[in-house]
Amino acid sequence: MLKQRPIWNAHLAGAVLGLVLLLSFVLTGHGLGASGAPTAIAAVAANVVSPAVVQANGYLGWMVEDGRNPLNSWITWEVLGVALGALLAAWWSGHLRVRVEGPPRASNLGRLSLALIGGILSGFGARVSAGCTSGLGLSGSATLATAGFVFLIGFFGAGLLTGFLTRRMWK
Amino acid sequence: MTFPMGFAGPLSGLVCGVLFGYVLQRGGLGNGCRLTAQLRLQDWTVFNVMFTAILVAAGGLYVLELVGVMHATDIFIPTTFLWATLLGGALIGVGMGVGGYCPGTSVVGAAAGRIDGMVFFVGLIIGVIAFAGVYTPIAPLLGAAAGPQAQTLGDLLGLPAWAVLLILTGVAAGVWWFTRRSGNNTAITCAD
Repeated sequence: MLKQRPIWNAHLAGAVLGLVLLLSFVLTGHGLGASGAPTAIAAVAANVVSPAVVQANGYLGWMVEDGRNPLNSWITWEVLGVALGALLAAWWSGHLRVRVEGPPRASNLGRLSLALIGGILSGFGARVSAGCTSGLGLSGSATLATAGFVFLIGFFGAGLLTGFLTRRMWK
Repeated sequence: MTFPMGFAGPLSGLVCGVLFGYVLQRGGLGNGCRLTAQLRLQDWTVFNVMFTAILVAAGGLYVLELVGVMHATDIFIPTTFLWATLLGGALIGVGMGVGGYCPGTSVVGAAAGRIDGMVFFVGLIIGVIAFAGVYTPIAPLLGAAAGPQAQTLGDLLGLPAWAVLLILTGVAAGVWWFTRRSGNNTAITCAD
């Protein structure tokens, strides 16, 4: 394992992230995202299990219509890149290690259950708002779109409330 | 030369993604403990990284438009659907408080070896399928209270973009100033 190095200063990380986001706009005309990838995976996976149901579905149907493959899209390549970039960053800074994180006193099973429930809420929510913290909160706000800031109000409002209600779990 | 360049292929996606993932991990945003600590106001990394990034990118777009190499009509500006945008944001906020991540950061956390990040990602897929199952009955709610197409804060407030940028910079600097003492990660026990 390589020597462990601390994370970057938050404003430096933010400035670099802003330049990466700007690069995305310059190259493609849109910003960075994330939730499009699990959406494409969901469409393809559900289509394998039950094609008739998926192709008749009002939301996922068009994605797999006429043999289309939603996995071959900019957003899934981008999310694959996110995984690669994060893997390299964690490795080179000495942070690559298999572990289960979560509230300090929770068991591994408890932590994984919380992660699963949180993921389900987040995946559902990202489809409701048609974008997640990356696509709407970050990229949307960078265009100064009202939608980006409305999203952030909902995100931080409910997030802070949840943080307050779960604070004892983290002692 | 004018932008955007219209690179919609796999290479463009991979390049943007690798840089995005690298910066998120080095900025500490793949750490679910750090993300939830922001929601308890014990660590301000998320706010500072995110708002600085928004301001730098927004400032860059402003300059590119000002010098005329990019046009606002060529970039994607999302439209508000008041209830859907708020409710979706709220569910993602609760999801972070409960599960530690949001969609993008779960990929980062998982890539650094966190099994909870991988499980969160599996949850995302299940959440999408659950959404697809109820899509038809809730579709009217999703499209309700739609704002003007591609509306910006400047349009909403009747201000020029530079004034909006100035106000947002002031807000970000003010929050940073008042929280700078709790900006250090004393509340975090998990490694980045």
